[in-house]
Amino acid sequence: MINANRKSASKLFVVAIAMFGFGYALVPLYDLLCDITGLNGKSDTVTQQQQPVDFTVDESRTITVEFVTNLNQGMAWDFKPEIAKMQVHPGKAYQTSFFVNNKTMRSMVGQAVPSVAPYAAANHFIKTECFCFTDQLLEAGETMEMPVVFLINPALPEHVKTVTLSYTYFDVSNTADNKMINLKTI
Amino acid sequence: MSTTTADEHHDDHHPSGIMRWITTTNHKDIGTLYLWFSFIMFFIGGFMALIIRTELFEPGMQFVDPQFFNSMTTMHAIVMIFGVVMPAFTGLANWLIPLMIGATDMALPRMNNWSFWILPFAFAMMLSTLFMDGGGPAGGWTLYPPLVLQTGDAFPFVIFAIHFMGMSSIMGAINVVATILNMRAPGMTLMKMPLFVWTWLITAYLLIAVMPVLAGGVTMLLTDKFFETSFFNAAGGGDPVLFQHIFWFFGHPEVYILILPSFGVISSIIPTFARKPLFGYSSMVYATASIAFLSFIVWAHHMFTVGMPLAGELFFMLATMLIAVPTGVKVFNWVCTMWRGAMTFETPMLFAIAFIILFTIGGFSGLMLAITPADFQYHDTYFVVAHFHYVLVPGSIFAIIAAVYYWLPKWTGHMYSEFWGKTHFWLSTIFVNITFFPMHFVGLAGMPRRIPDYALQFSDYNQIATIGAFGFGFAQIIFLGLVIATIRGGVKATDRVWEGAEGLEWTLSSPPPYHSFTTPPNVKGEWNWFTHQHYETVKTRS
Ligand code: HEM
Ligand SMILES: [Cu+2]
Repeated sequence: MINANRKSASKLFVVAIAMFGFGYALVPLYDLLCDITGLNGKSDTVTQQQQPVDFTVDESRTITVEFVTNLNQGMAWDFKPEIAKMQVHPGKAYQTSFFVNNKTMRSMVGQAVPSVAPYAAANHFIKTECFCFTDQLLEAGETMEMPVVFLINPALPEHVKTVTLSYTYFDVSNTADNKMINLKTI
Repeated sequence: MSTTTADEHHDDHHPSGIMRWITTTNHKDIGTLYLWFSFIMFFIGGFMALIIRTELFEPGMQFVDPQFFNSMTTMHAIVMIFGVVMPAFTGLANWLIPLMIGATDMALPRMNNWSFWILPFAFAMMLSTLFMDGGGPAGGWTLYPPLVLQTGDAFPFVIFAIHFMGMSSIMGAINVVATILNMRAPGMTLMKMPLFVWTWLITAYLLIAVMPVLAGGVTMLLTDKFFETSFFNAAGGGDPVLFQHIFWFFGHPEVYILILPSFGVISSIIPTFARKPLFGYSSMVYATASIAFLSFIVWAHHMFTVGMPLAGELFFMLATMLIAVPTGVKVFNWVCTMWRGAMTFETPMLFAIAFIILFTIGGFSGLMLAITPADFQYHDTYFVVAHFHYVLVPGSIFAIIAAVYYWLPKWTGHMYSEFWGKTHFWLSTIFVNITFFPMHFVGLAGMPRRIPDYALQFSDYNQIATIGAFGFGFAQIIFLGLVIATIRGGVKATDRVWEGAEGLEWTLSSPPPYHSFTTPPNVKGEWNWFTHQHYETVKTRS
């Protein structure tokens, strides 16, 4: 009996530990799922630099692309798009700009995180140039103009008429990699 | 419940006084400890609820500051879920499972001691965070980042306390499974086990499967905050919505952990006082198993508004609604058990009947919430608060109270006072409805949850709810008095206690000997208190 109990207990402990691992396995699973479906608006085509692609331009369709800027809590920069929205044809590359200004008295590092809505558009929104591929170091009071080059894959589902590209700026001055910069600039 | 010492005949020597409780490996002692722990936490959590209701008595800011208010809603939930309902069920499991399956004790008595004694430390740590710099956790019991990462000094203590609570319940669950699988008396096949044992077996598997996932999720929060990982930090490539998936993958099975053992309790009580065998025993077992299985694939009904693809919304809506089918089977079986029964209405039966009616109301509001497009309006309003309080208070808590009334004479050897029991019942039932029913209305009208202030038009219903809450709270003092009085003395209980009671625990003396079944009872043959056949034998006997 005692042996049987020990055996059941150790088997069940193994299950518990495996489930702890499963909790962590949900992280790559979730990323994978989001990548396939574009669920959280952050597919690779949006977050990573893509090679320019030659699509046949679809002049018959006009899509409205809106630009939205957000600041994460405690981020003391000014951040705005050059224009709030533009009309584009699928397959053709366009360029626009965003402006940031570090309003504080110290140098800071910011990281913009993009997201595309609706999620069905995420996998069809291709960026060949974007400030969000890296972080930005801005000295106190410095302003920067940052270009974005993007195109929309003509395979974009028929029902999508408006695509919103939004950025949220995060203050990453205090993460490990950037602490060095901070120290240097103080 | 020192009455368990009444039996002085056991031969092994063990320490007395406080050391007896600290070193005990006896399933009855540990059951008692769990139940008292739960009872104490019930009053602490209830006190927090009354702070919330006092602030909400009138619109505007009256008594507490908003940060403290929010830490009250957070702490109230954590205390009630992890400190009251789960320990109470584990206490009942400890007391009853060995008695019900004819075992001497739990399978792993030393681990049993550990799994209880971790709890007071975990909760001392959790409650102490209220006095730390920055206050206790205030982002809700769901601990969503990034909000929860703004918790002050309390944050790591909250996470470690949750780790300890998780370890305690995983160890408790492993013990339950090992006991049920290995310690049954000869002839006690799985399909002869009382439903309380069955529901606990399934609950224990749920616990082992999901508590570690919660532990993983909160560990990620911890490393995000202190070790620069970015699981949920968008700036580093993470996603806060991922936390919600992890949390609810734990969270939805968790709500069934909070209700399945009560299904077992109700399934024990109803047949006794209806003097009929339980209707549809095997369908009850299968319904419990299906509920447990389905509970793993419905979690995103808590997240309909985060932005999911249509297919996802549909899947989670339909899967959620599917759970209503096995749940309906259970309610149907309980009602059929009572149908044409020779019913009497002692206090445990009253609580059990109230459970069936009021829990079903909670199930219905759950179904309304399961309708995705409707949930966009209901989500994060008081309607959700009404829903889960109906399933948890007149649901889980009533079942625990019913269980205490039902088995208290067995545990203590004394009958409780039926007068005070019924008084407690009527006050609780009336006030629980006065408290929570109006929340449906303010919720539908748009009052958000977890706020210390509200728009003027919600005042009337909030005042009613606050009055109800105080009434309910004070009614529980009667219960405390009754339990203490019953432990101290009272009319001697018979072994069987209730005329219609069936099951091995009633074959032992009241109170049962310190070591339950030193020689395993023989349950071979047609012995089965759930079949009609057995019902005939009972009738001829009486
Ligand atoms: C027929 C069965 C049930 C259905 C269909 C159901 C459905 C739901 C849905 C859709 C929500 C999310 C509402 C929202 O946040 O917008 C919810 C919340 C909740 N349910 Fe249920 N439910 C059921 C039974 C239960 C049971 C038995 C319990 C526990 C004993 C429970 C406890 C909860 C809790 C605690 C929450 C709120 C969690 C939170 O956000 O803090 N439910 N339920
Ligand atoms: Cu749920």
